[in-house]
This record gives sequence, C-alpha cells and structure tokens, in this order.
Amino acid sequence: MSGRVLVGVKRVIDYAVKIRVKPDNTGVVTDGVKHSMNPFCEIAVEEAVKLKEKKLIKEVVAVSCGPQQSQETIRTALAMGADRGIHVDVSGKDYENLGPLQVSKILAALAKQEDAQLILLGKQAIDDDCNQTGQMTAALLDWPQGTFASEVSLEGDKINLVREIDGGLEHIKINTPAVITADLRLNTPRYATLPNIMKAKKKKIVTVKPADLGVDVTSRLEVLKVEEPPQRQAGMKVETVEDLVVKLKEAGRV
Amino acid sequence: MVLKALEISKSIMLSTCRLTQKALHFLCKSHISKHCGVGDSVLSAFRSICGEDGVSLGEAVREQHGKDESVHRCRPPDVVVFPRCVEEVSALAKVCHKHRLPIIPFGTGTGLEGGVGAMKGGVCFSLRNMEQVLDLHPEDFDVTVEPGVTRKTLNAYLRDTGLWFPVDPGADASLCGMAATSASGTNAVRYGTMRENVINLEVVLADGSVVHTAGKGRRPRKTSAGYNLTNLFVGSEGTLGIITKTTLRLYGIPEAMVSAVCSFPSVQAAVDSTVQTLQAGVPIARIEFLDDVMIDACNRFSSLSYPVTPTLFLEFHGSEQSLEEQVSVCVSTEDITQSNGGSDFQWARDTETRNRLWKARHDAWYAALALRPGCKAYSTDVCVPLSRLPQIIVETKEDLIENRLTGPIAGHVGDGNFHCLMVVDPNDPEEMHRVHLFTERLARRALAMDGTCTGEHGVGLGKRALLCEEMGPVGIQVMQSLKDALDPNNLMNPGKILQREEP
Repeated sequence: MSGRVLVGVKRVIDYAVKIRVKPDNTGVVTDGVKHSMNPFCEIAVEEAVKLKEKKLIKEVVAVSCGPQQSQETIRTALAMGADRGIHVDVSGKDYENLGPLQVSKILAALAKQEDAQLILLGKQAIDDDCNQTGQMTAALLDWPQGTFASEVSLEGDKINLVREIDGGLEHIKINTPAVITADLRLNTPRYATLPNIMKAKKKKIVTVKPADLGVDVTSRLEVLKVEEPPQRQAGMKVETVEDLVVKLKEAGRV
Repeated sequence: MVLKALEISKSIMLSTCRLTQKALHFLCKSHISKHCGVGDSVLSAFRSICGEDGVSLGEAVREQHGKDESVHRCRPPDVVVFPRCVEEVSALAKVCHKHRLPIIPFGTGTGLEGGVGAMKGGVCFSLRNMEQVLDLHPEDFDVTVEPGVTRKTLNAYLRDTGLWFPVDPGADASLCGMAATSASGTNAVRYGTMRENVINLEVVLADGSVVHTAGKGRRPRKTSAGYNLTNLFVGSEGTLGIITKTTLRLYGIPEAMVSAVCSFPSVQAAVDSTVQTLQAGVPIARIEFLDDVMIDACNRFSSLSYPVTPTLFLEFHGSEQSLEEQVSVCVSTEDITQSNGGSDFQWARDTETRNRLWKARHDAWYAALALRPGCKAYSTDVCVPLSRLPQIIVETKEDLIENRLTGPIAGHVGDGNFHCLMVVDPNDPEEMHRVHLFTERLARRALAMDGTCTGEHGVGLGKRALLCEEMGPVGIQVMQSLKDALDPNNLMNPGKILQREEP
C-alpha cells in the first residue's frame, strides 16, 4: 500500500460573511469577499494529518480545483500538516460551472495517478450544499464509501467507521482503498500556527489542468436564477383574543 | 392603544411598506414628543444622517439598549441611533452637542457595571452596524476593527493567518467596548489586558470632532510621541468619547497548548502555589482559581466530577519543546503544588479535552446562577498585589461564611484578581443589603492591601464612591479636569466613573 491519502479542499466564501445576491441574479457577490477553506474540508485535513501523526499513513496530498486563489487554500492545508499540494487549474466560466460531477472525475483520475489508498473529503461544501462529490468519486472508482463519518479507525487493510445518520449512529467496516467524507463531530481542526505557515511556504504545489487528467469539465447544469429568500413580513399586535380571531378570519386563516 | 399595539422595532420598520411607515412615523412622533427629551427637529436631523431605519424610538429597542449584564436596573435612553460609519457618528454627535443631549455609546451590552444606563435619558449610539475588520497586517501583527466586531468574530477571521487576539473576557464582547472598559481575560497573566494591546484608537469626541489617538493610520509597535492619548481613552467607559475604531496588537497562535487541573486541601494552599509558580518564573498562560463552592456548582451544571475542594486550572502555551521545558520546570510546579498538598495534575493535551476542561471554567457564571434559580448574580472584581492574594481570599471566604452569603469564587489569580459571583435574590432587600455591604468591605479590604476595587470590569455606576477612596481627592480632581476639558457639558455617558455634584 502506498500509504498515501488524498484530501480534497474547496475554497468557499467564509462562513461568517453575510451573503449578498448579485443585482443581475446570476449568482452571489464574490469580489472582495473573504474566502477560506470549507469547514468540512478543514475537518478532513485534520483527520488526515492525525492519521499521519499516528503513523498509519505516510503522506497527505491536498488537492483543490479552482482558479489561482485556490492555492491559498492548499497552503492552509499544508500549514495544517499536509505534505504537498496539487492545484487543478479551473478558471473563468469553467470555474463558475464547476460542480461535484466534474470534481469527482478529477479526484478519481488523481487517485489513480497518485496511487492513493484513501480519499478524505468534507461531507459537503457550505456554498452549494451538494453533498455529492464523495459519493460520486467512490462510484467512479468503484471504491467503498464511508460518508458522514464521525469516527474513523484503521484496522489493517480495513476501516472501521461510525456514520452519523438520521436514525442515530451506524457502525460499518469497509475495505481500502476507500472514500471517506467528514462530518462535523469527527474532530476539531487545528489552527495554522506561524511556524507551520512558514514551513508550508516551502512545501510543493504542482499545477495541472483537467485536460491533463483526461477530464472534460463541461457542465450539464445551467443556473437559471439566484435570488434571496423572501423578506420577513411585519407582524401585528392585537389587544384581545376577539381581535385576533377577527384578523385571522380576515386573512382567511380560519 | 393603537400606538401601543404597533410596537415599533427596527426589524418591523425595515419590512413595513413605505406608506405604512410614513403613517407610523406620524403617529409615533406625536406620541413621543410628549414623552421624551428629544424633539421632532432633532429626530429629523438624526433620520437625515443615518436613514429612517437608523433611528428607533420603540420601547423594546430602547429598553434593550438601557441595560447590560449587570444587576443595575434598566435605564433606557430616549432614542437609539444606528450609525453606519464614523462620519455618521460625528454628524450625530454634533447634533447632540448642539442640543445638549447626553450620548451613550453601546457595543454589545455585555458590560458588568451598568455602564450603558442612560441616567439622564438622551441618545444611545448603537454601533453594531459598524462591523468591519479593516486593515489586517499579519506581517506587522496588527489589525484595525470597528465597534461591531466582537473578539470571537475577529479570532475566527484571523484563523488562517496563524494569529489571534488573546484578551478573552467571559462574554463575546465588542473589541471597541473592551477598549472602553479596559477589559482583561484569563490570558492576561501572559498576554496582558487591553491597556497593553491597543495601539491606536479613532474616537469621536463630545462635539463631533474625530481624533486618532496615535495619529491617523499609525501603528508602530511603540512610540514616545506626545501624551499617551490612547491609554487615556482605554478604560474611559464612554465618558470621554465614542470609540469607532481600535487598532489591536496580535500574537502568534501558540504552537501547542497543554492544560492541567490540580486540587488542593485549602484555599491557602492553592493560592500559595500560584504565587510560588509565578515567582519561579514559569511563563504560564492561564492560572485560574475556583473555590470549593464554585467547583461544586460547576460539577452540577456541567455534569463533571472534580473533587469539591479549591482547585487550580492551569494552561501552558509554547512550542512543543518549550512546553516540555515549562512542564518539567513545572514538575517543579508539580513540586510546588505537591509540597502544598496539591493532588497530581490531570493533564489535557488534545483540543477536545482541553476545551471540555475550560468549558467548566467559562460556564462558571451560569453554574453559579444555577445554584439558586430565580436569583441574579453580581460579580465582584478586586485585584491586589500577588503577595497579598492568599490573605485576601482567605479573609473573604470567612466573611462570606459568616454572613451566610452565596458567593462562589473564581479568579485570574495569576494577576491577583478574583471574582466572587454573588448569587442574590433580587426580591429580598435584606439579602441585597448584606451583599452590598459585603462588596464594600471586600473592596476596602483590597484597597487596604495596595490593590484596586476593579481589576477588569470598570467603575460604571456602582463603584464611583470606591474610586474616590482608591484615587484620593487629588487623583479624582485630575480625572475631573480631563473630563471637563474634553466634555465640558458632561454629555458623554453622564453619571459614570466620576460623581458629579448635582446643582
């Protein structure tokens, strides 16, 4: 086994930012807005680095698909302890239309190229909430998948996994190589510290294009419109129960 | 009746249609001008500065802005304004100055000394809409923030840079508010308080003029240029000006942290250990004391099982090697603690365990309140030189027991600062009176030991008399002269810090 883990990290608008829809309703405002690593991807990186610290795997490779700025996200992963990075360069219209299907094809191609034993991803991105990339990647590679992982432990060439599902916690055992997607309670990601940020600057990031991996990034989806949820309407206070009933009748509610 | 029913709050104003809004304003104005000291022409001036949505007369909004997290009763302002930038703050202040209206700055309302009560009515400046993190310079370790930015928001913003702002009072307070009250936190023993960590301030004065206390945009790590205006305003609790920007000193996030808990047979043993650890030169990051009553409350509230005796929570920061060193100098700390009868250290290295350990300490306030549901809590805040700490805590505990008061103790003993969280029934005047007398005795005990009546919460409303005792008449006179120079009409947060002879 190569002992190599691929971790996917996505650059998204920072979770603390107030999102605004563009006036032309084609998307949200991204210019000048703070971006950072998707929180679930942070958890995935942390888990990979923990596995390396326990000497259960040998190398953590951080991967991000996007424009030049995605390299910052890879650098954060490197500062958290990843060994090297791969930046798959997708920009312009291709980037705007980039979705789970294309990313999973890219990750599958990279997994084969890098002889990865494990792919760790966040369960979903906080911008599109798709929750599809992990599952699609596993399907393309015909690998087992452990999604919504809240506990991961390696046992020989198998993985014991606890999944957070609607009914409770599900314990499964899967073979490697496998795809795991991280849920919130898997771990608490470490902060990048100054010395580690300095060290990360010396780690290598290689840039490739989707075409180099034989992947076509044309999207099969078209965004028609993006709009804000309806504004909250004003309430009204009434003095008596009788008034309330009258108003409810007027509004056709009773 | 109709007016009462149409309780106007900012959110309702925003979503009500134009026509109804105009109708509401018409009704509201005629209602309000009978009641408050702020006339219609002034309200129009306010609205033209910060927009229709930026001025609120609603009772609920005013009450929300007339109290903080202290036991002092709500003193609502006549009107609340919500400026969006320093230009609006300055324009609003000019209007207030012209009409001699009191100005009360408001950040997050998380203060503990009644600092936001509008004692003489007036205009509350709620600064929450100014919420930008500006000018981050990671390579220079500084950042400038507006008043709506809280400490947790800033640290979340900074997390990818490897930097943090370590001053951490209990609440998630506005950083400019923390500057106004010279706040401190559990980390002060290593990283200092706001006084040491504010490099520059942008302040709007009572007459609307805007001053940059270290010069506009300047952020040198040190300076000896002129009077130290920055630290004049730090701790001024809104009585000298409205802070609209603060430039803060940042630190590298520690590479590694390790925490420990140690139990002691007595208060004396715990506090002696603290003093000896610091005197041994260990650069400890946090050293927090909880007495037996507090630990018991925490055990119940957070379902923990610490031994119910005086306890120290410690934390060390540094690189992996320096931690090894500190911890082994700390095996000399462990020597120190063991020679004082302390238990073995319970260590916590990884983030989850450490967070659980500290959550117990951070929930102390709620744990204390949970001891007596329905009661309110008041926190004392004295601070004395380290060498006097054992004596004052022991004497204070005796005082509490003798007077049958519920006052679990938690404190930043590394700074010589501790809090008695007095849990008191607000409907029992006799108990309230006993608590009041106790807190005065405690403050005077601290003053007698070369200490201060307030280590980090500020003077606000309740400690003005104690400040006079602490500073003495000449000191108070100097403070009054500064106040008179910057705010001759006493518009800035009247009734706080300094007592004034009412004519």
